[in-house]
Amino acid sequence: MFAAFDNFPALLIWLPLAGGLISFFIKSEKTARAIAIVFSLLTMGVMMTSLFFSSTESFVYNQVSYVWLPNLGSSFGLILDGLTRVLCLLTALVFPMVFLLVPGNRYPNANRFYGLMLLTQCGLMGVFMATDALVFYLFWELALIPVYFLASIWGGEKRIKATFKFFIYTFVGSLFLLIGILYMYLKTSNGSFSLVAFYNVKLSDVEQYWMFLLFFIAFAIKMPLFPLHTWQPEAYEQAPTPVTMVLSAVMVKMGLFGLLRWLLPLFPLAVKQFNTAIIVVIVVGMVYASLVAIYQDNIKKLIAYSSIAHIGLMAAGVFTVKSVALNGAVLQMFSHGINIMALWIVADLIEKQTGVTKISALGGIAKKAPKLTIFLVIAAFANIALPLTNAFVGEFMIFNGLYLFKPWIAAFAGLSIILSAVYTLNMIKQVFYGEVVATVEGYVDINKTQAMVLTVITGLILFVGIYPDPFFKMMYETVGLIVNRYVTI
Amino acid sequence: MNAIILSALWGVLMMYTGFATKNTRTVSVVALLGVMAVLVVNWMEYLGVSFFNIDTKGMLAYNGFGLIFNTVVLFSTLVYFLLSGREIEKAGKSPSDLYALIFFILSGISIIAGFKSLLMLFIGIEIISIPLYVLAGSDKSNLKSNEAALKYFLMGSFSTGIMLMGIAFLYGDAGTFYLEGVNAGLGALTPMKAIGMVLLLASMSFKVSAAPFHFWTPDVYDGTPTVFTSFMATIVKSAGFFAFLKLFEAAFGKFQADWQVLMAVVAALTLVIGNITAVFQQSVKRMLSYSSIAQAGFMMLGIFAMNIFAKQGMILYFAAYSIATIGIFAVLSKFKDHSIDAFNGFAKKHPLVAFSMLICILSLAGIPLTAGFFAKYYMLLAVIKDGNFLWLAIVAILCAAVSVYYYFRVVQAMYFKEPSHEEELEFSPSFRFILLGAAIIILVLGIHPDYLTGLL
Repeated sequence: MFAAFDNFPALLIWLPLAGGLISFFIKSEKTARAIAIVFSLLTMGVMMTSLFFSSTESFVYNQVSYVWLPNLGSSFGLILDGLTRVLCLLTALVFPMVFLLVPGNRYPNANRFYGLMLLTQCGLMGVFMATDALVFYLFWELALIPVYFLASIWGGEKRIKATFKFFIYTFVGSLFLLIGILYMYLKTSNGSFSLVAFYNVKLSDVEQYWMFLLFFIAFAIKMPLFPLHTWQPEAYEQAPTPVTMVLSAVMVKMGLFGLLRWLLPLFPLAVKQFNTAIIVVIVVGMVYASLVAIYQDNIKKLIAYSSIAHIGLMAAGVFTVKSVALNGAVLQMFSHGINIMALWIVADLIEKQTGVTKISALGGIAKKAPKLTIFLVIAAFANIALPLTNAFVGEFMIFNGLYLFKPWIAAFAGLSIILSAVYTLNMIKQVFYGEVVATVEGYVDINKTQAMVLTVITGLILFVGIYPDPFFKMMYETVGLIVNRYVTI
Repeated sequence: MNAIILSALWGVLMMYTGFATKNTRTVSVVALLGVMAVLVVNWMEYLGVSFFNIDTKGMLAYNGFGLIFNTVVLFSTLVYFLLSGREIEKAGKSPSDLYALIFFILSGISIIAGFKSLLMLFIGIEIISIPLYVLAGSDKSNLKSNEAALKYFLMGSFSTGIMLMGIAFLYGDAGTFYLEGVNAGLGALTPMKAIGMVLLLASMSFKVSAAPFHFWTPDVYDGTPTVFTSFMATIVKSAGFFAFLKLFEAAFGKFQADWQVLMAVVAALTLVIGNITAVFQQSVKRMLSYSSIAQAGFMMLGIFAMNIFAKQGMILYFAAYSIATIGIFAVLSKFKDHSIDAFNGFAKKHPLVAFSMLICILSLAGIPLTAGFFAKYYMLLAVIKDGNFLWLAIVAILCAAVSVYYYFRVVQAMYFKEPSHEEELEFSPSFRFILLGAAIIILVLGIHPDYLTGLL
């Protein structure tokens, strides 16, 4: 079973898994934290190294397949291709940052906390790399279960209810996905769950429509897309911040990734049939979410609704199936993960120090914490997708694709960008400028660790914003295959 | 054949141990040795070593499927004895009698594992049922237990009557009790055969508590002493399903198209009723009774589809469902208060037991990496393979989602709520490790279901 454990994809799975399992047995909270940081940094190191072995010659290092359930036609297959690299890189970057930010004594039973977090990372990596539908499904669920426990044990006051809603929602979605996968499996010529076998299945129009629906529900709930988004604001608000970061930065990308890896290539006829309608619904949802965000008085909910709008834009870009929009969407998946991390860090710092998340009850933090303000303003600019920030590149390309698809849709979707400027700037003005209110009197600026993490994030924001080329080099081939498959039907 | 005779003999032996010793612990050990011995001889028969060669005129014949089923059931009984032995000792005045009854039931189950004739089906089912009526009423001083026994007896004999009537119709039509003979017939589904078939469907649905014949289940399961509810809801139910599957495969396989719609309706009804009602239960024991109906609905999917996936899946389902349910009941039987609130903060006091129970619950809910996931996987695969009943698969997954709701209430109580309960519970180290062992088996089957399904 461990025949191929020295390959990059295998290491990306086994390292977090091993770290997670070890953490459970560590009594000391400090040691548990150290182990989590070490293992997540190791994972990041492996991921970084793998980027230098991405040519076709070193393909063998980036693919794993060993026999798991031969009778069922399933093998444990993993691959690191262009699309996967971007997302695994995001996952590998997010976790160490989250661990570094969590202060040592914040959560009781820290060993379990870190253990579950690392299991989540293992699940996420598996989802992104799986080349076998059954393995994909198992990891899809494996990423969900630890998050359920994390949020329910260490979350806010209404955690049990909010998290349960989230769990049931996604669980129902994934069961639909399971039915779809089983149907596809029975249609393959040799009874196999492999991605290649699925790609070769010939389905009639009507079958494609049904299968599209089953897969799409699962992915749409996960992203979440309007009108299936109702679990998201509550879950983000109630989950402990490190979990919310993982949820919003990486986990929602599972849905978008599902569209790219499974939905578009498998059911092109259905995509062609439905994409206009879906894009229209998504765009309406984006504008709706942006409007709701404007009226939020809670920083966390504001970020949550803003995230719905941003994710919606990426999904709309994917559904245009234009090369430019797909490249943009994949880049934006990475960028959004980084940006929203920054926003959560700021929201969490404010909440921890003042105990308040109401926007109207805050003011004048800029005077007390100038360093924090600089980082926040850059992150906020990225959230609005100003030029020179990472989101500009991705969103510009997505809009380009939307325009090629239907100009009037692009125009309408543009509203959400304007609205995002409204709510983001409004929040900054309220919270950071103006009079210093009583709650922020004793506000202390960020410490060294926080400054370091925020510097890394800011660096990434500017780097991707100015020089996104390495990312496109990484992904264009894989994205090209997806688009080609669609164009040639 | 090995298993039938040895378990019947061991049942007699168990009765005499009551005279020989007053030490209940010794009795339990003898019983444990007995079930191990039966397990071994049954496995030897699978490997081709048969100790008894009795000419049954072809009324009993064992194939790999039957013997694997029997092994799963006997293994579950072993786990049951290991986990619940202490409770059996406390249940009645003389545990040796109760153990003897359980061995007679195992003998009946072994007949079910190999029946080829309707007569053997009837005898097997009756040998299983009659000791169960006694077990249901074993807590003689408890009114609820008496009520459960009487109710079970009345309803059970009623369904037996229906079964006999069905068998009579089939005999009248085919002129034989042999399953092949019933299947062969003249080809067409004659009215008499159809009536017989429907009557058998009804009585078998009754035995496995499938809707609309499930009404007895919650009351009987609730009233029966918890330790025997566990046995009834798992091992006996598995035997009922095996009989159901075998009967409809061997005797009515040719008419699948005719009974399939009926079976689909029964399955869908069972799923919906079991799951929806379970949501409203406040007592874990009662919730588990309804959950056993709900799980029966999933197993009905296997009978409905009756293809290779269904057969593999049924075996896996028996193992996954039985071990998980036995584990939960074993913990539950230590509680005096059976409400969900009694589990509040359980994980803080007993982390290892809570973790094992968590695995059992996740398995019942069908969460991946547990055996329960692959059990449901096979059932869904079987239904989708069948082709025209995709709606049934959709009903099944929606019900599975509902089931998560009530199973996870226990998880929430154990892990996310503060302890509110003063009851002090003692779990011996051996109990904890056996329960953990059961959880590990569930996890292993959840990663490698082919260890079991590959045997077929």
